[in-house]
Amino acid sequence: MRESRTMNPFSCGAARMWRNRGIAFKLILSASVSSGLIFLLIFGLHYYSSLKIIVKDIEANAQSLALSKANTIEAVLSSTQKIPETLACFLENASYNKEEILSLLREIVEKNPEICGSTVAFEASPFEGKSYGFAPFFYKDNEKIAFSDLSQESDGYFNTDWYQIPKELGRPQWSEPYYTGGGSKILMATYSVPFYRAVKGESQFMGVVTADISLEWLQNVVASIKVLQTGYGILISKNGTLVTHPLKEVIMNETLFGLAEERGDAKLREIGRKMLRGESGFVPFQSRGAEERYWVYYTPIRSSGWALAVLFPRNELLADINRLTWIVAILGIIGLSLLSIGLTIVARSITKPLTTMAGATQEIARGNLDVDLPLPRSGDEAGVLLSAFRSMKESLRDYIQRLTETTASKERIESELKIAHDIQMSILPKIFPPFPDREEFDIYAMIHPAREVGGDFYDFFLIDHDHLCFVIGDVSGKGVPASLFMAVTKTLIKATSSKGVAPGEILTRVNRELSQGNEASMFATIFCGILDTSTGETLYANGGHNYPLILREGKEAIWLKGDNGLVVGGMENATYQTGQTILHPGESIFLYTDGVTEAMNEKEEFFSDNRLRTKISLFEGHPPKEVISGMAEEIARFSQNMPQADDMAMMMIRFFGKG
Amino acid sequence: MLRAGLCVFFCILFFPFVAAAEIPLKKASFLPQWSPQAQFAGYYVAYEKGFYKNHGIDLTILQGDPDRPPLLLLTEGKTDFASSWLSTGLRWRSSGHKIINVCQMVQRSALMLVAKKSHHITTPRDMEGKKVSLWGDEFQIQPRAFFKKYDLNVKIVPQSFSVNLFLRDGVDVASATWYNEYHTIINSGINPDELTTFFFHEHDLNFPEDGIYTLEESFKRDPSLVCAFVKASIEGWVYAFSHLEEALDIVLRFIQQAKLPANRTHQKWMLNRMKELTSFSDPPGSMGMLQQADCQKVSLVLKESGLIERKPDYESFFVWCGKDVEK
Repeated sequence: MRESRTMNPFSCGAARMWRNRGIAFKLILSASVSSGLIFLLIFGLHYYSSLKIIVKDIEANAQSLALSKANTIEAVLSSTQKIPETLACFLENASYNKEEILSLLREIVEKNPEICGSTVAFEASPFEGKSYGFAPFFYKDNEKIAFSDLSQESDGYFNTDWYQIPKELGRPQWSEPYYTGGGSKILMATYSVPFYRAVKGESQFMGVVTADISLEWLQNVVASIKVLQTGYGILISKNGTLVTHPLKEVIMNETLFGLAEERGDAKLREIGRKMLRGESGFVPFQSRGAEERYWVYYTPIRSSGWALAVLFPRNELLADINRLTWIVAILGIIGLSLLSIGLTIVARSITKPLTTMAGATQEIARGNLDVDLPLPRSGDEAGVLLSAFRSMKESLRDYIQRLTETTASKERIESELKIAHDIQMSILPKIFPPFPDREEFDIYAMIHPAREVGGDFYDFFLIDHDHLCFVIGDVSGKGVPASLFMAVTKTLIKATSSKGVAPGEILTRVNRELSQGNEASMFATIFCGILDTSTGETLYANGGHNYPLILREGKEAIWLKGDNGLVVGGMENATYQTGQTILHPGESIFLYTDGVTEAMNEKEEFFSDNRLRTKISLFEGHPPKEVISGMAEEIARFSQNMPQADDMAMMMIRFFGKG
Repeated sequence: MLRAGLCVFFCILFFPFVAAAEIPLKKASFLPQWSPQAQFAGYYVAYEKGFYKNHGIDLTILQGDPDRPPLLLLTEGKTDFASSWLSTGLRWRSSGHKIINVCQMVQRSALMLVAKKSHHITTPRDMEGKKVSLWGDEFQIQPRAFFKKYDLNVKIVPQSFSVNLFLRDGVDVASATWYNEYHTIINSGINPDELTTFFFHEHDLNFPEDGIYTLEESFKRDPSLVCAFVKASIEGWVYAFSHLEEALDIVLRFIQQAKLPANRTHQKWMLNRMKELTSFSDPPGSMGMLQQADCQKVSLVLKESGLIERKPDYESFFVWCGKDVEK
């Protein structure tokens, strides 16, 4: 785990960086990036589809333009072809003489404006007086018809392309375009038709009929192809020679393949080869080293084996869509910027109160509740949060103020209660041993109020030399009212007890006193006993109090169960009986309040009478002080962390007897 | 330092006048066998760069014309120097004309036969019974020897100066020169891999081609002029091969002056091929040297073909100025 963390510190760091960034940053970045991506996607798709549509359009346009031009050229060429073809047909089938041939040829040149010259070149002269071929040639020369016999020229005509190629191929042929000799320099092409005659059942080659046409019209047709500013058409011959081209110096001087070689452009060469193969096609094309990019549509001119290509300037054709693309792109960027600005404003409106509140919270945490909070300016979640925060701060301040006041008054009460506690404790005899000169008995008592002041009490005093009165009681309720009631009860008991008054009588009187005007309906359980310190005789009365334990040496402790009267202070007319028991020397009486037996542990179990009797036996023979301290420890151990629920008081008197 | 600088300055300033004053230029003329093209680049470059003048020659380059055989004009005294094929030179010599070869520029035969693979011709045997177009005269010697060598019966058709008949499939095999027609075929849209080529020099029929000829008596009268012309010409060729673009500019200028279509791409191809043809096997310093073995081989084929009766003597036919210079 540790390793993987150290191995990839960056991603971890990046993730942390991202986590620690503000909401505004995250919001703007993620929104901008995602909307930017969406924009790019839509933009790209739009551009691509528009381009596709436009290219499709251009292809259709290019095709129709190229085909219409090719058809125009084709129409002229094929109408021209008919003339020598017809003448060849005549020469193959009819009989003729020299004069007829001459007049036919002259007529052809005269009557066909597109034909500049025509000849019938014979392989061998069919007429007498000629031993070496015969080729009468009529041609237009400055609007006149001129004549020459080609067989009279120095190197003859048998080796010329216009004669030899149709002869060897056995079919009509268009020659490569060529310039006429002389100063006029007119671009021409010759259509040659071979003709035959059956000699002894075999078809024998007789010669060639030709028609020469000027190609100026063709150059004009192709030159008229103008696509926008920079688009143009080119025509190449069967050898790839450029018959028309915007660059004058390459016309008839360079082939498309030569151009490709010069530019080191293999693609151009491939296009040229496809054109000469008679294919049609639409391809993107960029001449090497040249800036312009084109789409080229090429189509063949079937009758002559030439090919026409139309170049559509890409940049010009795409100018509109490119402009539109730019506009869309700029709009997109503006939109994204606006979006970012909007997001920034919104994010600020969220984060500003948050930041303020974060600062305020820290101030509040330090205790400064007077920190200023801005007023909420909007009703959105941030505004609601801010106003909630404001009212929380106000409530908190009020609360703390009230708390301070309450605490102050509580402290005052507590200090008063402390004083009350001290007073209460002070009315209980607390000096042990209380009668150091008396050896017949030992007495010890202890009290633990559950609160500062409690309702439990004990008391002991000598009525006369031989009579010790002892009392333990438990006032209903706790706290101040109980303590006051306890003080009254204790005083009443002490006041009532006098020589010869039995404990039952004491309780009866005290009850009567307490019951009168007891508007608070308070009462107390009281055990009151009088020990005759000389005999061990003990008179007692029990006003609803827990049974005391009589502890005997070497014997089990027993409950002192006598007549158990009503609680004291409950009914005015109640009377209490006096019981009697004898404490033998060494025996003790152990008194306690219900806070002892009802002490609870964490399992909510009571300390209980049984546990009291069992535990107290552990301290057999110990002086009362040790027994009570030991029992207090036992109870504390039993209840452990549980808070003391009720007042707790214990008193023990051991009787030793007289000497 | 200053004195040396001044000396150089004055030398440069006055040398041409001194040279012109002391050695008057000798007039001479040269006739290539064809209209201006890179086949003769060395001569045009030497002329333009003033190499002939540097060697004391005031040269006139005549306009070549296929209809005017250079050796005829040479023997008629209408030119002092002429360019011609070795086979032509040997035939003229053999027929008694006192002409001599003073420089064999093109050492390797550029003549070849070309066939389309689509006509199923990949070996000489495949030509059996096929139509082959040939040029006349000198151009037929090697092909006919070739057919004889491989015992082929072919139908020979006369070939015009174009290769259109071949391009349109009117013949199966055509004659071509490597520096000219072969390139024309390639630039008519046929790829080299679609062609089968038969270079005669690869079939033991290497006929050195363009060489410089003059009359024996001219050499006797003024050997220094002849040698100066040869040297200047060789310098021109060497310069042309090491400065291709400049040489092309010069050649194209001559073509334009002759009012002929000038095609730089084609001339570039031609000049590059001339470079290979002239210097493929030369030991350094022997550029322009006619090897005796080549001379014997051509004479033998000519004799076997019945074109000459006796083989000209190599020693008297070829005069190598380099030898004199060394002496």
